[in-house]
Amino acid sequence: MAVAEGQAPPPRAKDVAAKDMPAKDMASKEMAWHDIVQQTLKRNEVRLVTYVPDRVLTTLIANIHADDYFTAFPTAREEEAVGIVSGAWMAGLRGAVLMQTSGFATLANALASLAIPYQIPLIMFVSERGTLGEFNYGQSLVCRTMRPVLDALAVEHHTATRLDEFEFIVDRSIKQAIATQAPVALILSPLLTGGKVFAK
Amino acid sequence: MNTSSHGPASPGNTKVMNRFDLTSRLVGLLTHDEAVIGGIGNTNFDLWAAGHRPQNFYMLGSMGLAFPIALGVALAQPARRVIALEGDGSLLMQLGCLATIATRAPKNLTMVVMDNGIYQITGAQPTPAAATTDIVAVAHGCGLPNAAWAADEEDFERLVGQSLAAKSPTLIAARIDDKPAVGTTHRDPVQIRERFMQGLGVRQPI
Repeated sequence: MAVAEGQAPPPRAKDVAAKDMPAKDMASKEMAWHDIVQQTLKRNEVRLVTYVPDRVLTTLIANIHADDYFTAFPTAREEEAVGIVSGAWMAGLRGAVLMQTSGFATLANALASLAIPYQIPLIMFVSERGTLGEFNYGQSLVCRTMRPVLDALAVEHHTATRLDEFEFIVDRSIKQAIATQAPVALILSPLLTGGKVFAK
Repeated sequence: MNTSSHGPASPGNTKVMNRFDLTSRLVGLLTHDEAVIGGIGNTNFDLWAAGHRPQNFYMLGSMGLAFPIALGVALAQPARRVIALEGDGSLLMQLGCLATIATRAPKNLTMVVMDNGIYQITGAQPTPAAATTDIVAVAHGCGLPNAAWAADEEDFERLVGQSLAAKSPTLIAARIDDKPAVGTTHRDPVQIRERFMQGLGVRQPI
């Protein structure tokens, strides 16, 4: 993989833009979105990954488990995952939480009473269900609660839709979360991941 | 000491003790800058009242996350012993964490459940588990064989002492009375978090 190794500095904005120019699909041929997440977590020394799984996250979770750099494990609830990475960060180990939209919907209390008031740089990746071809009405309803909750709590969030700007969003968001000691939610749109569609 | 009318389903010979007394005894056994996570409400208020230490973390919300936060600390600093104090009502909010902790099996984690079978701070209403659910049996079922009821204060101190040298996570359940905490934590989350990080050697004061 023509991917920057763990210790390489993050790309500058112009490098990311330049990557797009000669061959529009170069980035996508070399790195899938989940490779970008994995490499960018490494580059920013985010070693602990806790999650409640989602179909779209399958490859990312498998690759992170296969990579000795990471300590990765599932939790019974997303709140639990938030508690674990919060404790780890206070003790000097950076972490991120992976979840689905419906899992995010269980987090308002943990965000409002732990991560935000204690100023913990909670890094969240949320696989977005409920839009762009959703087949489960409940998923589409719970999805509508996500951005209003994030906005109500003034939590930084970005919806990633394009591969060519994804590394920039992930890298900068992790750095900002750590520098400002504030949570961030990176919402992985079906436009980026392909989403989950009706099984035949 | 009062015996709670909604005592938990613990063995009949388990003495009803007092949270502040047990917390003070536990803190008195700490000699190696062990981290202590105090769960929401009376649990962390009594930890505060037992004497602030820079290695103490006090939760002001996020009910049920004392054990998960402690697991995170334990994973990040495997050479440091981590103790989590949690109420039975709080643990009921997040029982699944016992399975997660059993699977990760950190060697340096001690979990203490202060079990009075009530939500003392909201008006002493019984929990759904009161007098029915045995927290230690739940822990055993989750894959934490090193879990036990403290028979009395002396037994509690013995179990805490054992846990500080254990090679697997330990859960100690103590049947406690319905007394409120004897103090109140100063509610400044940023200062609590920053001092905790300094106490763990992650940060220096600015």
